[in-house]
Amino acid sequence: MGGQKKTIGFTLNGRRVAADIGVHQNLTEVLQEEFGLFGARESCGQGLCGCCTVLVNGIAVTSCLSLAAFADGADITTIEGIADGETLSAEQDAFIETGALQCGYCTPGFILMTKQLLDENPDPDDDAIMHYLSGNLCRCGAYPEILKAVKLAAQKRKAG
Amino acid sequence: MAGGSTTTVGHSYPRMEGRAKVTGRAEYIYNMRLPSMLHAKVHRSPISHGRILSIDTSEASAMPGVHHVITGEDVKKVLPEPYYGPAFHDQPILALDKVRHFGEPVAVVLATDPHIAETAAQRIVVDYEELPAVFDEVEALTSDVIVHEELKPAGTFADLKHLAGKRDTNIALDYHLQHGDADKAFADAEHVFEHTFRTQQTMHTPFEPMVALADVRNDHATVYSSTQGPSFVRFELARLLGWPESNVRIKTAHLGGGFGAKVYVKVEALAMALSLIAHRPVRVALTMEEQFYTITKHPSTFRIQSAVDKDGKVIGRKCEVWWNGGAYADIGPRVTQKSGFTAAGPYDIDNVAIDSYALYTNRPPAGALRGFGIPQLVWAYESHTDIIARELGIDPIAFRKQNILRNGRPQAVGTIVKDGEFEAVLDGVAERMNWNRPFDKGSGTKLRGRGVGLGFKASISPTTSSAIVSVNADGSCIVYCSTVDMGQGSDTAMAQIASEVLDIPIEKIRVVNPDTDVTPYDMSTLGSRSTFHMGHAVRLAAGDARDKLHAMAEEVGMPEGSNAPLPELFIRKFGMRAGAIVGSANYIPEFSPPNYDTGQSTNATPFWMIGATGAEVEVDTETGQLTILRLVNVCDIGTPINPIVVETQISGAAVMQLGFTLTENMVIENGQLTNPSLADYKIPGFFDMPDTMENGYIDAVQENGPFGAKGAGESGTFGVSPAIANAIDDAVGVRISEMPITAEAVFRALREKQGKPLEEN
Ligand code: FES
Ligand code: FES
Repeated sequence: MGGQKKTIGFTLNGRRVAADIGVHQNLTEVLQEEFGLFGARESCGQGLCGCCTVLVNGIAVTSCLSLAAFADGADITTIEGIADGETLSAEQDAFIETGALQCGYCTPGFILMTKQLLDENPDPDDDAIMHYLSGNLCRCGAYPEILKAVKLAAQKRKAG
Repeated sequence: MAGGSTTTVGHSYPRMEGRAKVTGRAEYIYNMRLPSMLHAKVHRSPISHGRILSIDTSEASAMPGVHHVITGEDVKKVLPEPYYGPAFHDQPILALDKVRHFGEPVAVVLATDPHIAETAAQRIVVDYEELPAVFDEVEALTSDVIVHEELKPAGTFADLKHLAGKRDTNIALDYHLQHGDADKAFADAEHVFEHTFRTQQTMHTPFEPMVALADVRNDHATVYSSTQGPSFVRFELARLLGWPESNVRIKTAHLGGGFGAKVYVKVEALAMALSLIAHRPVRVALTMEEQFYTITKHPSTFRIQSAVDKDGKVIGRKCEVWWNGGAYADIGPRVTQKSGFTAAGPYDIDNVAIDSYALYTNRPPAGALRGFGIPQLVWAYESHTDIIARELGIDPIAFRKQNILRNGRPQAVGTIVKDGEFEAVLDGVAERMNWNRPFDKGSGTKLRGRGVGLGFKASISPTTSSAIVSVNADGSCIVYCSTVDMGQGSDTAMAQIASEVLDIPIEKIRVVNPDTDVTPYDMSTLGSRSTFHMGHAVRLAAGDARDKLHAMAEEVGMPEGSNAPLPELFIRKFGMRAGAIVGSANYIPEFSPPNYDTGQSTNATPFWMIGATGAEVEVDTETGQLTILRLVNVCDIGTPINPIVVETQISGAAVMQLGFTLTENMVIENGQLTNPSLADYKIPGFFDMPDTMENGYIDAVQENGPFGAKGAGESGTFGVSPAIANAIDDAVGVRISEMPITAEAVFRALREKQGKPLEEN
C-alpha cells in the first residue's frame, strides 16, 4: 500500500508502454488507472467470473488475480485491442448479431475467450464451446445466445 | 393502436449500445473517477444484533494517507435525521446505537488510495453488547427479539400511515384480501388440501457492483450512481438534505445488471453524506461480497389451503404468506401487498382469503428481485396445485385448465381480467412439450418426469413516466427519459418507438443516459414497467413533436403530403440549420385504489404479466442428482417491440430462476453468512443450462399497451421452480417443498420415502 513502487514496461494492444505501479496492484487496476482501459473489469475479484479477462502473451488470464508486476515484459491484449480500427473482429460482430449480450459486463471476457478458443479450434462443437467458456459467468444468463455467437464467429472467421 | 403495420416497432434491431459493449467501451458508473475524489471503505458489523458501546477509530485515523474516519454520529451532525427507505424511514446511513444485521455499515474510512482505506477500515475497533437475534420469518412473528422498537413509515404512502408509532412488533405490515366467503367454501368442500412451502434467501449478484460517486458543493449535490431509479434517489437525497429536488442531480450510465438490487437508495445516501462531511468527491464502490449485505431476495413461508368440490373445481383458497424482510424494510412492504394479492394463483376461485405479512428479522435487508415476490408465490401455489391434481388423479394440465382464470372473469382482487392469455400460455407450454404424447419415464436408477408451472403478476400501479423528445434541425432526434438500461434493451425499445412515431430512422435517434437535471421524472426502472409506461410516454412525446412539426410545415407552406425532408423544414422556419422541436408527455395509467378492509379494487393493474414453464427432468435415485433435460418457457408479453431482445429477456429470466431453484442459497450459521462470494454462492454457468431450452411468447395484443406491448423482464422466472419440483414428483414420487432443490434434498426425500431417512446434519 502506498509503499513499494516498481516501474514496468510491456506491450499493450501492440504499443510499448511503461507504468509506475505499486507492487500490490493487480493488473485490472493498473489497466484502468494507468491506461484508462475499463474493458477488463473486476466483479467477483476472485478469479471466478472472467469479467477481468485479458490475454497475456496470447493466453487468457483473469487480471484480478494477476499482479501487475508480473506483466513486466509481457505482451498484453485487452478487449480494446482486438478490433482492427473501426472494423470489429469476427467475434465482436457475432456477439452483436446474435444478441449475445445484455448488460454487457461479462461480454469482453467472453469475447476474448472465444477468440482464444477459435484460434486453437476453428470448428468447436457445443461441448467444446461450453467446456472452454465454463470459467466465464454471465449473470444475465445469455448462455444460449453466447453459444450461437461462438458458432457464428467460427463461420465468420472461415468466411473472412 | 395495437396491430397495424409498423416499420420499426416489432423488428429485431440489434441493441443500440452493442458496439460499445463488445469493444469494452460502454460507460458504467463503476468505471468513473472524479478529480480529487476520495475512496470510501466500509467497516461492517460482524454480529447480527447488538448495541454499539464504543467505536475506536484512533488506529485507523493515524494511518498515513487516511483523510477521515466517519461514524454514524458524524453523519448525524450534518444530517440530523439520517434514516432512509422507500416505505419506512428505518435504515440509518451508518449504524446508530444498534446494529441489526451482520454486514451492516458501521463506519467508513476515506483515503485517496483505496488500499489504504481498506486496510484502515479493518483497524477500526467496535465494542458491542451482543443481543439475541431472530432469522426466521415465522419465529419473528412471536419472538421476544424485536428488531425495531418502533415502526417509522415514510409519509409517501397513505396506506402505511396508520403504522406510525406502532411498538414492539416485527410485523412491518400486514395485508389482507377477502374475496367471496372462504370459510363457507371450506365447509362445503369435498376435498381440503393444506401444504406449506418455503424459499431461501438469495442475492441478485449484479456483475457491476453497486457504486455511487457523490460530489456535494455549497448547495448542490451531484451523485453518479448505478441506480435503477434516479428520480427516486433524487427525491430521497433531497429529503435527507432538506433541499429542493432541483439542487440534487443524479446521473446514471449503462448498468452492469440490476435485477432489482439497484432500485431505491442503496449506497447513494452514504456517498452523499461522506462528501458532505469531507468536502470532496467520494466514491463508494462495493465489492461482490458487500452486495450480499446490502440487498437480497425475501425468504418466505407460505401456508396454502384449497377447498375443492367433487368435480375438481377449486372453490376456495386460503393463503398465509410470511415474508422475511430482513433488518430494514426497503420495498418489502410493497412486495407483501402488490404481489400478495396474486397469492391464490392464476385460477378462477370464487372464495379467497389472503393474509400476507412483512417481517423484520436480523438478516440483511430484502427488497425487489426480478419478480417482486411472485416467484416465491408461484413456487407454493403451483406446487400445491400439482399435488391436488395428482391426488385427485387428474392430469395436471387438465386440472389447471379446468380452474384457469379467463378474460372477463374477476381475479381475486376484484379486477376483471383483460388481455390475460393464461390458457394460451399454458397451451403453448403443453404443445411444445408434446404433453399428450407418451413420455419415457426412464428405468432403473435413472427416472424421468415432467411438470409445469404457471404464474402471473400485476404491474405495480399507479406509477408515472415522463419523456421528452427533441427533433434537431438536421433531422436527428434525442429521447430524454429516466428509464435505465441495465441490459434489458430499453434504450433500443424507446428509440424504436420514437422512430416509429416520427418516421425518423433509428440510426438518427439517441437515447440519453438518465440524468435528473436533464431527463424528466420516472417512477423507476423496475417491475417490467418501462416498456408499458415509458413506452407510452415516449410514444406520446414523439407524437407531440410530430404534431408540432406538422404545424410548422403548415406554417412555412409545406403542408402534409409535401414530404419535405426535416432539415429543409427547419431551414425554412429558422433561416438556417437551427432550432429544435420538443415534444413532451406524462403517462399514468388508470387505477382504482384497493378498499382497505377487503383489498378489493375494480382496477388494480394496467396489465397482467403471464409466464409458464415446462420441465423434463431425470433423477438419479442413487444420489438425488438432478438433470434438467428440457426447459420450455412461454410468456404472454403482448406484442413485442423488439422480438430478439424479448426472447433473451425470457431466457435470461428463466436461467436466473434456475439458479434460485437449484443452487443459490445464502447460508447462515451461528449468525454469520458463510458464503458471500461467487466461490460458494453458486450462480448458473454454462454447465447448469438445461440440455435443451426453448423460449417463446404467444401471439397476443395488450390493447392498452404501446403498440400492443407490455412488460417482459420477469415473466420468464415465474414457472421455473414449481415446474422442476413437479417434474421430480412425477419422476420419483417425492415432493420437495423448500428451495433450493439440491441433490441432497432430493436424496433425503427419496430415503424418507423408502422409510430409511437420513440423519439431520
Ligand atoms: S473479477 Fe476477475 S475473475 Fe471475476
Ligand atoms: S450480459 Fe450481463 S453479465 Fe453477461
